[in-house]
Amino acid sequence: MRAPFRTTAMDSIFGVPVQALFGQLLIGLINGSFYALLSLGLAVIFGLLNIINFTHGAQYMMGAFVAYLLASKAGLGYWWSLALVPLVVGFTGVVIERLMLSKLYRLDHLYGLLLTFGLALIIQGLFRNEYGTSGLPYAMPAELAGGRNLGFMFLPNYRAWVIVASLGVCIGTWFVIEKTKLGSYLRAATENPALVQAFGINVPRMITLTYGFGVALAAFAGVMAAPIYQVSPQMGADLIIVVFAVVVIGGMGSIMGSIVTGFALGLIEGLTKVFYPEASNTVIFIIMAIVLMFKPAGLFGSQK
Amino acid sequence: MPRSQKIALGVMFAFFLAAPLAVYPVFLMKAMCFALFACAFNLLIGFGGLLSFGHAMFLGTAGYATAHAAKVWGFAPEFAILFGTAAAALLGLVTGLLAIRRQGIYFAMITLALAQMIYFYYLQAPFTYGEDGIQAVPRGMLFGVIDLANIWAMYGTVMAVFFAGFLLIYRVIHSPFGQVLKAIRENEQRAISLGYDVTRYKLLAYLLSATLAGLAGATKALVFQLASLTDVHWSMSGEVVLMTLLGGLGTVFGPVVGAFIIITMENYLAQLGAWVTVVQGAIFVICVLTFRRGVVGELGNWLKKPL
Repeated sequence: MRAPFRTTAMDSIFGVPVQALFGQLLIGLINGSFYALLSLGLAVIFGLLNIINFTHGAQYMMGAFVAYLLASKAGLGYWWSLALVPLVVGFTGVVIERLMLSKLYRLDHLYGLLLTFGLALIIQGLFRNEYGTSGLPYAMPAELAGGRNLGFMFLPNYRAWVIVASLGVCIGTWFVIEKTKLGSYLRAATENPALVQAFGINVPRMITLTYGFGVALAAFAGVMAAPIYQVSPQMGADLIIVVFAVVVIGGMGSIMGSIVTGFALGLIEGLTKVFYPEASNTVIFIIMAIVLMFKPAGLFGSQK
Repeated sequence: MPRSQKIALGVMFAFFLAAPLAVYPVFLMKAMCFALFACAFNLLIGFGGLLSFGHAMFLGTAGYATAHAAKVWGFAPEFAILFGTAAAALLGLVTGLLAIRRQGIYFAMITLALAQMIYFYYLQAPFTYGEDGIQAVPRGMLFGVIDLANIWAMYGTVMAVFFAGFLLIYRVIHSPFGQVLKAIRENEQRAISLGYDVTRYKLLAYLLSATLAGLAGATKALVFQLASLTDVHWSMSGEVVLMTLLGGLGTVFGPVVGAFIIITMENYLAQLGAWVTVVQGAIFVICVLTFRRGVVGELGNWLKKPL
């Protein structure tokens, strides 16, 4: 007769209960979705502007906050936010590019980094003054409440949606950049802006819109994150540093590279939480160090 | 040393000698620690062209090592500072070997990420006491005879450390090594073609900068008798960038002036809470858009003299 509480091989892997393992993998995949969306935005902006957008984390936070404000002040729900917030925050990005970033293109690229770092401090400080540091709750859309039992784990519907939607947006972006006419202009302008301009294409406007689009991606990620993490002024500050590490690991040469690296590192982080939780905060940085040792240009990058 | 710099050095020395008569000495010691920190940082960005966004890791590591050595192991202050500085140097060697594999923006991102890793390590490691930090660090007897609990003894020590560090950096900048460093900053490819081992020069500059930032952190830990997470956080890395940018990148005296302005500002704006961050951010934006030479850079440009 079997002991009633002995676990069988099916219930655990390497001594870790299957439920916990898949639970952490799911969390890893969710985090990976945000890494992918944010590093994709950084890569798109970097490709054309040669600027690392330090404000990206703050713009992700703004996305979540604008969604929160739309819900609490205007009564507009999640789906409205998902459509409107990227436009609103993306527009602030366009303004920033026109008023400030466009003045720096002829200077050392480091000034762009310093400017966007300063902007991030301003935005985060303003929101902290207004809303404090404690998180604000944001309701999940009713359509995606609940979840389903997959037999080996419980999958909340909203989390499944986050993974599917961010994968969709990532692949959509990849398709536009790599496979369409517009994307070919963009790639050409990345290689040689003067020549593309000579063909009658308005490169400055393309640069402005590209920055706006990258910012909109960050805001989109912010709206998606609002129901999962609480809405707080600091939510983007630490995240952006991890995303920087993701970008260094993947290399910014390829769009697909940043998507794959984002999801993969989310999963690895999830696995680390199961098998060696002490390192879960640092595992991405350790991987970055290892990648730098053997492939300094990044897994998908080329040394420029 | 050009005459303008000799005068500036004399003014700076006289200022720190006389200022404690009018200003709270602990504030001045804080300003000197941060000035040394900013000068060390400036060595890397201003003369090597490498923007590190993780310099807080050296300040914080040296602080923890010094505090731990002085409090737990009972080291004398001179050895505690030496130990803290050596810890920062070791960290500089390890992170430097990784970070100098990339340049420009990547270098900034890598140093930031490495510093964040160190931050998380200290957040979890038991010897740092997490959010509390290592408190009540004994200042001890310097060389066994000078009691640093006396504020003037401490002030003199900090001043000696600051000026020693400052003059060392000055010497380095104006040595053949510093000239090669500037050549690499201006045109790395040409420096390589002239036969310089660029990687070694960069690593050495990084190591020096890390060590001197560590010296600042070690001294600061004894002054405040505290080593805490604030000093390893990324916002501290941002602050030293701000000090140097405001004072003047690549100027000799700029980081000192910048550190002094920022520390003074924080002192007066402390009660405004998060507005300090907003003001810091605004200074960044203004400096980058309109004031890239910084205070001392503009002054030197106006006087047509190197400062």
